[in-house]
Amino acid sequence: MSITNTDRQIIEALQGGLPLVTAPFADVAARLEMDEATLIDRLAALKASGVIRRIAAAPNHYKLGMIANGMTVWDVEDTRITTLGAQIGALPFVTHCYERPRALPDWPYNLFAMVHGATRDEVCEKRAQIAAILGDACRASDILYSTRILKKTGLRLKERT
Amino acid sequence: MTMLDDTDRRILNRMQDDLPLVANPYAEVAAELGLTEADLLTRLNRMKEDRVITRFGPFFDAAAMGGAFCLCAMAVPEERFDSVLIKVNAHPEVAHNYERTHHLNMWFVLATETPERIGATADAIERETGLKVLRFPKLQEFFIGFRVAA
Repeated sequence: MSITNTDRQIIEALQGGLPLVTAPFADVAARLEMDEATLIDRLAALKASGVIRRIAAAPNHYKLGMIANGMTVWDVEDTRITTLGAQIGALPFVTHCYERPRALPDWPYNLFAMVHGATRDEVCEKRAQIAAILGDACRASDILYSTRILKKTGLRLKERT
Repeated sequence: MTMLDDTDRRILNRMQDDLPLVANPYAEVAAELGLTEADLLTRLNRMKEDRVITRFGPFFDAAAMGGAFCLCAMAVPEERFDSVLIKVNAHPEVAHNYERTHHLNMWFVLATETPERIGATADAIERETGLKVLRFPKLQEFFIGFRVAA
């Protein structure tokens, strides 16, 4: 959907987050010089259209003791990826699951499934469960652990000129 | 690791779900959890200061606004890692960036307002660093949970 100038102002005002105060929408509305009810209505419309997925906390996995974060990657037969991807995505320990293009010859993998755990052993055990589901549809796999968060911000919109 | 008590954990689990769109949303969530609004806000502010919560607010879908996301990866020589990182992170389009255990050791997500900006930003990073930026746009999304049990 295309967004209006008002929506753009709202999105820009909320990029840094929603204030943790009693009346957060009134607070943001005051900054935008609109009334609270108008802001809430626009936010409801942005949610209905899918521009806003939800208003929620982004937790820091590391601080929660989920120290091992493994991006498991798989070379899955193209004809079977849609069915198998849905099965992998439904696993409770998989937090993100996508089909992405291979980048041959550097990168043969087309299925990406993010697995979090307290230890690398736990993540390895979960990787084995994924391998068992993929079976002979999988030709190769790898796991990439994250060792450092180098940047983490929300979406930033550029000022429109 | 930051010490969290059971109440903090319940709050964190609840706050990964949607906040109601009402004038006093935290009071509503506090009531659900059997807490006072003041206690909830104090704990949320503390968890944000301690960076247990990286961010609290709307999750935007850039694609729904006509924008785009793209996962990218680079193989950065170890001795150049810090200088390349500064150049990559300087782009506001770089939303997340992680170091990973692989020959491709820098993985970042570009979030832009238009699909064209993805290519333009990745090309600019290639020019500035002299390194190839592999691009992995999503073809299918199988699940988007990204909630974690605290």
